[in-house]
This record gives sequence, structure tokens and C-alpha cells, in this order.
Amino acid sequence: MKLKNYGEGIAKGMAVTMKNAIRTPITTQYPEKKLHISRRTRGNQLVWDKDKCIACSMCARACPVQCISMATSRDENKKLKVDKMDYDAGVCIFCGLCVEACPQKCLYMDTDYEKAVYSRKKLNFTKEDILMTEKSKPSGYYNPENETKLPKQTLLVDGKLWDK
Amino acid sequence: MPTFTHNILPTVLNTGILAPDWPAGFWSHMIIFVVILFLFVIFMAMGFIYFERRVISRFQIRIGPNRVGPFGLFQPVADVIKILIKEDIVPLNADKLIHLLAPVAAIVPAIMVFAVIPFQNGAALANLNIGILYIVAISSVSVVGMVMAGWGSNNKYALVSAMRVIAQVVSYEIPLALAIIGVVLFAGTLSMNGIVLAQKIPYILLQPLGFLIYFLGSMAEINRTPFDLLEAEGEIVAGYNIEYSGFKFALFYLTEYTEAIAVSTIITTLYLSGWRGPFDSLPVLPVIWFLIKVFAVFAVIIWVRATLPRLRIDQVMGFAWKCLLPLALINLLITGAQVVFWPNVSQWVFVGVNIVLAGVLIILFSRFFRTTGDKIEA
Amino acid sequence: MALKTETFLVNAGPQHPSTHGVFRMRFILDGEVIQDVEPVFGYLHRGIEKLAEGLTYSQDMVFTDRLDYLASMTNNQAYAVAVEKLAGIQVPERAEYLRVIMAELMRISSHLMGVGFLTNDIGAFLTPLLYMYREREKILDLFDMVCGQRLTYNYMRIGGVSQDIPEEFLPALKKFTDTLPRFIEEYEQLLATNEILLVRTKNVGILTKEAAINYSTAGPVLRASGVKWDIRKAEPYSVYNRFNFEIPTATKGDVYDRYRIKIEEMKQSIIIIKQAMEQLPQGEIQAKVPKVLRPPKGEAYGRIEGPKGELGFYLVSDGATNPYRLHIRPPSLLNLTPLRELVIGVKIADAMAIFGSIDICMGEVDR
Repeated sequence: MKLKNYGEGIAKGMAVTMKNAIRTPITTQYPEKKLHISRRTRGNQLVWDKDKCIACSMCARACPVQCISMATSRDENKKLKVDKMDYDAGVCIFCGLCVEACPQKCLYMDTDYEKAVYSRKKLNFTKEDILMTEKSKPSGYYNPENETKLPKQTLLVDGKLWDK
Repeated sequence: MPTFTHNILPTVLNTGILAPDWPAGFWSHMIIFVVILFLFVIFMAMGFIYFERRVISRFQIRIGPNRVGPFGLFQPVADVIKILIKEDIVPLNADKLIHLLAPVAAIVPAIMVFAVIPFQNGAALANLNIGILYIVAISSVSVVGMVMAGWGSNNKYALVSAMRVIAQVVSYEIPLALAIIGVVLFAGTLSMNGIVLAQKIPYILLQPLGFLIYFLGSMAEINRTPFDLLEAEGEIVAGYNIEYSGFKFALFYLTEYTEAIAVSTIITTLYLSGWRGPFDSLPVLPVIWFLIKVFAVFAVIIWVRATLPRLRIDQVMGFAWKCLLPLALINLLITGAQVVFWPNVSQWVFVGVNIVLAGVLIILFSRFFRTTGDKIEA
Repeated sequence: MALKTETFLVNAGPQHPSTHGVFRMRFILDGEVIQDVEPVFGYLHRGIEKLAEGLTYSQDMVFTDRLDYLASMTNNQAYAVAVEKLAGIQVPERAEYLRVIMAELMRISSHLMGVGFLTNDIGAFLTPLLYMYREREKILDLFDMVCGQRLTYNYMRIGGVSQDIPEEFLPALKKFTDTLPRFIEEYEQLLATNEILLVRTKNVGILTKEAAINYSTAGPVLRASGVKWDIRKAEPYSVYNRFNFEIPTATKGDVYDRYRIKIEEMKQSIIIIKQAMEQLPQGEIQAKVPKVLRPPKGEAYGRIEGPKGELGFYLVSDGATNPYRLHIRPPSLLNLTPLRELVIGVKIADAMAIFGSIDICMGEVDR
């Protein structure tokens, strides 16, 4: 095995490392500086718009791991209403098939990612916990009208490391 | 004892290592400065840990630790506290006495090297006139500590690593010693302070080949990349200190950095003219020059670690015996010839001649160097 | 007088920094030289093939994400190709072009990780890996923009893709493909002529041409041994017959050649993406597929060229909504077949380099 370059390859490699050492580091110092996440993010819990829901249970049937369990009944006008809608965020794999399956488009994915809890039991949500309020910001996954309300994503290819 | 004051102390006084102006005498001077030097070594080791983590992070385009304290300066303190409160686990069938004494046997020689390093003109803890010989002798002893750790852990990974340690560290002692002799020939004295005083031109220019040999050899001694296969995380998962936790692991970790500081200070003293610099007759300025040079050498060591992958054990041994040893012998021959036959020629001539010869020899050796041990021939 | 030595057993256990995932190798060593190796896997078995029989065809797409979790898009594409072959569905053109763009981006990302982790195993202390992660981060941002996730995409559907690309996607993709060749050159300058890397990887783990074919390897491992076989050219699926690109091969089949093949394939992927971006037509993104698909009775085997090799799905249907049998041909598992032959007789350090160059992902090996 001949070293035919007599150390030249090593010197070139060290020049590359030195050139990279002068670049600005690409870390984002997290709680002080945050990024804008994708407008179509689907990594967070569900948000349910109760007024549009017709209690068809398509979301529960579409889920691959059966993390939504619904119980419906007919009220006085012979229309379906939701009695119980339990969503287990610990089992959910965040695939978004329920959002796609809903015919009325009343299920959304959330954009709030700072939702860690201390015990696993707190991840079982009833239908009140995932209700949509004015403060919740649903994401644009499968819902183009929500997409325009959210800020644009921070892209590393633009060279930006933080946004707020 | 009566014989101490009658026989030993006059001998000690006559070798000239007593500081004559201290009121309480020889031993109080020694003890106070031993404590100061020990604390200096420990704090420098912690500072080096922090320095290395920050610098290597910049090479990897990220920021290092910067949360613990201002600019992350208390990160080594947090590390030390974490290591000290960990549980001390001893494996079941381990040889308990050897397992206990191994970290001690590894760190004590590394700290003892600092006794002869001059921080200022004549300001060493023990200004021996055989300083460099003492260093070469002492630094070989820490191998024993590593082998004790490998054997006493009752773990096959540790044993494989201990065998590699012996092979590597002992083989690299020889080119190291030969490279040092080149410096000693030019300086004319074995004492560290004498070598610094004799450097009108820094010896890195007069002995470029010797500097390279010493640099590579000492990186192999202290198990740094590219020779860090002794604690290669990829293959044998931390090597000889795999079964250590708690304070004993802290001692091994400190050994690694103490040896790195020791090697940096020796390189600074031998090749970069130690504490000398402009205005070095003022009281504190030589220490500042010395520390700047030590950090610069360590920064180059970190730069090498950030770039290069590691070698295999047979390639390491081949490099030592077939490449470094002949080069060290040739360097010794050339230096000896220059000192004996032309002692009155100005040293700048030697600078030019030596740099050209170093370049020629490196190119020649890299054309003829082969590693062996491959399964299939080239 | 000969020395009497003994061999001893070393267990590179499931938790090891160098095995990519939970893979166990039991070495029998004589000093430093390996005499025998016994690989043990199955620590990540989740029963995907059995679970897939309990769900419908469109719900099974989420399982294919989690096979080779570092290259989800190509897994989705393979499954979609298999089901479309079974049910005879025609995919619209815009969806095919989008699938090609996503698959080639995925190939770049997976090869970046493969090369990065190979250099990490050899010993370069994370530096080349982090440089490559910076580029991979840009790719993951692009995927995040399209489908909302960074690792398990679930983007392709049976009959097309699930969502159209937003308008920021194409300018960002153009910016990325313009800057990536410069970074690949930087990686080559750092690694390709580095003497220590050459000495560690040349003539190590040589897999000959006949052995590679006999052991049914595929992907970069096969092409590095000199066999010019790529499913994108041999049996073109999707719209690959409309692009012109080359297939890099090498001659010797050692670790260095496998590393070079990955770098060259990245460059070819950039060429394909640029051509696909120019030719992207307008149109629909999903064919008209009933909500609950009932394919006719029969069986089909659909295969694609994934980043690690040939990924194939074998489907048997009996007319119901759930598949009767789903079997996956994992490229990582079959590329590991020559491991024992390659590793015997070398030292431990070389064994880790060889293992890293085969580039496996345990999610596929164990399913």
C-alpha cells in the first residue's frame, strides 16, 4: 500500500476542516430563538371542530391503530350526535389518515408542539380536550385554507436559522 | 533523623536546588509549590476539556456547551460533580487490588512530569540538570496503569485494549527518545531550562524532521486520533476503562488530558522556545507566552483529531517501526554531523539545509513505505 | 516449539455504537484476527407482515414507512407500485414525476447518511457525518414542506400522491440542487484522497463479481463489484425511461469502491432531479381509486431500486379488502448474506468498516 501522495491528502482534508471552522454554526439556540415549522405539519395532536361534525365515525374507521374510539347516538331530530370521542395521543402514530377520511373536514392537526406531560395517563383525551378554540392554530395538512393563515416555514437552504 | 541534617541535606544544598532566600527552608518551599502545581494541573486539565469541546464544535459547525455558566465555563465543573456522585461499580470476578490501584498508577506519572517544566527563567519546581531524561523515564510508567486496568477488569474488551496499549506505547518510545537527542545535541545540555535558554532560533526551524517525529510520536503516546484505537468507541467501546465508573473513571479521564497538557508543554519547551518572547525579563510575561504557546499546540492537536480517521493496530506498528524509526536515526545522524563538523557556522544555514533535507526524506519515505498485514495483496 | 494459543469469544452485543441498530455479532477471535462470526438479529421484529393482513390496502401504507425508516419515500413507492400492478391502476403523469423527485431526494439523503456513518465507524470523530447532516437537514425541510413530517412520510397513495406541492417547493429545490454539487466536492476533498482512509478501506472486504451475484446482493454492493444492474434501467417503472442518467460501477468491490459508488450515485440523482423539474407537467395528482379497494384475485411482485438495493413487495389477494399475504424482500437482509465470508480472516477494525460499508438499516432486516 503506497502512500503516493506523501501527506497531501491529509493536508487537503485539514484545509477543509479549517474552512468549515470559520463558518457560522448552524445551531438554533432553542428556547430563545424558534423556527417556524411547516405549514402542513402533522406531528401533533388532533383538533376537532364540533360544529361541523356529523358523527359518521369515518375517522375512527380509518385509523390504522384504532386510537379514536367513538360512540354515537340519535337525538330528538333523528340526527347523529357524538356521545364519546376518546383520543389516545400515546397510541396515535400521527399518520393523518383520519384527517383525510373526514368528509366534512372538521378534524385538523395542531401546530403546537410543546405539549409534553409528566404521566402517560394524561395523554388520553376526551372530546372536550381536543375541541377547537380561538387560540388553537390548526395546521394546513389537507386543509389549504388553513395553510395561508400560518407563517412561512424557515428553510435552512435559505440560510436562516431562526425566525422569532 | 540525625543523619538527615548531617548527610542528606548538605548534599541537597550542594546540588543547587534549594531556594536560598526562603525563611522556613527547603521543605516548606517544596510543599507549597507542590500544592500550587497540583492545583494548576487540575485546573488546566479542566480548562483543556472545555477548550477542546468548544474548538471541536466549531470544526463541526456547531456551538459547544454554552449553557452552564457564562459561555459554558462551568461545564467541566458540572462534569466533575456528575462523575463524583456516580456509583462505584466493581465487577464481580475482578481482581480487586489491581482494579483499585490502576487509575492511581496511570495518573501519578503524568502529573510528575510537571516538576521539571520551566515556567519562567529558572522557575521550575525542581530545576534538575537531567530534566529531559527524567521526563522520558517517568512517562513510560503510566502504561503499567493501563495494563493493570485492562487485566483487573475481567472483561475481554479491556484485555484486547490492554494488549494494544502495550504494543503501541512501547513502540513509540524509541523514535521519541531519538528525536529528543537531536534537540539535546544542539542545546548541549539535558536540563529543560538550559534548552530554553539555548534557543536563539526556535528549534522547530532547526529540526523540522525531529519536530514532526516528536509530534506524531507523542500523539501516539497519549492515545489521540489518529492513534486512538485503544479507546476506539466504534470497535471495543472505550477499551481499558470500560468497567470503571465514578471517581476512578474521572482519574482516567483526567490522565488523558494531563498527558495531553504534558506533551504540549514539552513540545513548547523543546521546540518552540518555552517561555521566551519579547519583554521576557518582566516578572509575569514569560508565563503568559508559555501558556499561549501551549494552547496553540493543543489547538493543532484538536484540529488533527477533528479531521482524521483512525488507523488499525498493525498499521500503527508498521508506521512506528518502518517509517518513524529510520527517519529518527537519519535525523540523529545529520544533527550529529552538523554539530561535530561545523560548530562555528551560523545556525541559519542549518535551518535552510535541514528543511530541505526534511522535505526530501519525507517524500522518499512515503514512496517506499508499505503496510503489511492485508488479507489480499495489492 | 509452537505456542499454544486459545481462541476466545467476543460479543459485539446488541448495544454497540457501531452496529447500526440492534444487531449482534458473536466473534471468535484469535488474538486480533477473526476466525468465525455468528450474526444474531431479530431484536426489532414487530410483525409487520402479519399486521398488514388486518388492515386495508390503503391503511397498510403507514407500515411501509417504518420498514427502512431512513428512506421512507422509496418504501411507499415500492408498495404503491406493487398494488397498482395487482389492481391495474394507471397513475397520472404529474404524480409520477412528483414520485420520481421525492425518490431521488430520498436516495441522496440515505446515501449521505450511509457515507457519514461509514466514516464515523472508521474513526473520524463525527466531523464528516455532521457536514453531511447539514445537507440532509435541507432535504428534510423540503419534505416537511410537502407532507408535514420529517421521518415517516406516508406521502404516496395507491394511484398517485396525497397532496400537491406548495409554490415554495420548486424554488427551494432549485436552490438546493444548485448548491449541493459544491458540498459534494468538499466531501471529496476531505475524504477521497485522505491517506488514512485509503489505507483503511482499500483491499478490505473484497466481494468478487460471482460471489455478489450468487449471494443475491443488490444495490450499491452489487454495483461496486462490477455488475451493471439497476432496476431503473433494466425494468423501468414509473417514468424513469424518460431521463438520461448513468449507472456508476466499480471494478474491485472493496469498501472504498462501495463508498465511491454512493458519492457517484448522489451526483446522478441530482441530474435526474433537474430533468424532472424541467419536465414537470400540470394535471391531477391521484387516480380515481375507490375508497375501499378490492383488487381482483391474483398475485403480484412489484420492485423498485431503493437506496440500499432492490426493495420488493409480494402481494397475494383473494378479492377481499385486506391483503391475503404481504411479503417484503428486504435489501439489507440479503446484502448481509456475504458477511461471514467477508469478515473471516480480517481484524476487528476491518470488520466494523466492512459492516458499515454494507449500509443496513435494522428496521428492514427484522421487519
